[in-house]
Amino acid sequence: MGLSLQTYPTASEAQSALAASNVRYMGGGTLVVRAANEGDLSFSTIVRTTDPALSEIETSEAGVRIGASATMGMVLAHPQLSYLAPAARAVGGPAVRNMATVGGNLFAPAPYGDFTVALLALEANVSVAGSGEMALETFLQEREGLDPSALVTAVSFAPPPDSFRFLKISRVHPKGAAVLTIATDIREETGSIARARIALGCMADRAIRARRAEAALVGRPRTQEGIAPALAAALEGIDPPTDAIASAWYRREVLPVHLGRLLLG
Amino acid sequence: MAKIPVQFTLNGSERAEFVESGTTLLAALRDKMGDTSPKGGCHQGTCGACTVMVDGELRLSCLTMAETCNGAHIRTTAGLANGEVLHPLQRAFENGFAAQCGFCTPGMIMAAAALLERNPNPSRDDVVEAISGNICRCTGYEPIIQAVLSAARANSTSAA
Repeated sequence: MGLSLQTYPTASEAQSALAASNVRYMGGGTLVVRAANEGDLSFSTIVRTTDPALSEIETSEAGVRIGASATMGMVLAHPQLSYLAPAARAVGGPAVRNMATVGGNLFAPAPYGDFTVALLALEANVSVAGSGEMALETFLQEREGLDPSALVTAVSFAPPPDSFRFLKISRVHPKGAAVLTIATDIREETGSIARARIALGCMADRAIRARRAEAALVGRPRTQEGIAPALAAALEGIDPPTDAIASAWYRREVLPVHLGRLLLG
Repeated sequence: MAKIPVQFTLNGSERAEFVESGTTLLAALRDKMGDTSPKGGCHQGTCGACTVMVDGELRLSCLTMAETCNGAHIRTTAGLANGEVLHPLQRAFENGFAAQCGFCTPGMIMAAAALLERNPNPSRDDVVEAISGNICRCTGYEPIIQAVLSAARANSTSAA
């Protein structure tokens, strides 16, 4: 069965085309063309748009908005998004980063989707044409149930003060699929943690928040003793996958180690 | 399935072909246009053997639909040499034994060419990062890294 590629000049036209059956939307192609190359027969038509609005990146003190078609390379090159550079650089090599889009990363299954982990720690919102704006955490839980014609157009978030950290653990260096990805946004006031956001990649089939660890950090100092309850709580209710990169046992063993290093680093 | 016209500049020459919709750039280059320098390794975007430049940017031709390249300028390793004169990267790979089986070499050279065009005097770390999306199972990478650094030195010497 052959594939048909349909290219539309506007996002709204592409969205209309998604209503047909056996259609898949393509951002940069690193997920969809890969699936086609592997013989995925669940779609016979690929839809994409060249709408320049979807590639725009807007930054201000009030907020950041990144179009869904913006690539990791574009994020990496943006002077106001330097705190996201480690997360963008974690996605593949230079060629992949010129293709892989921010919107596509929201659909990347573990052990991929490192950039989404960063966005989750930043409490990003996702703009979905046809469904409005929703919290990224909600989007990740509900994405398979969205209307087939729903189209992600952008992500937005408040820029963090100097409080955002990102860490990807791989066995293959400098680039390899993640054993574990962690992003944190920890804010302190008068010597104790006032607000904590921790997102984890590869500890489920998609990025998740470590809410029990976050709660265990609030009100405590950022010291070895202060974070100990959070490291213990980080594994509660988490069931990581076993895949070719690492076993679930290994991921559970190394999560507290790397989370501790990130929190104290 | 209807054939789709694709037209782009390949290594400086205007090329046009009809391909089946959904054909990858890799398949169009190799099977329709006779440029077999990009290699089909994993077809998953993992190995980098199919790396080419599209409008000056590195791309994986196995994950790029040929139809999306209409009007683009595409460069492959086959277009780097100037007649009989090899590109400095090609000479450095040859002199430094940076290729064994040679399957990864075209992708490695394109990744390195993109680096040197952007940064003529790269550090070792820059080179490692530049070829981080390209897998070599023969050399252990060190001869490749040294070849890229050697080509950069040769370029800066000839420019001086």
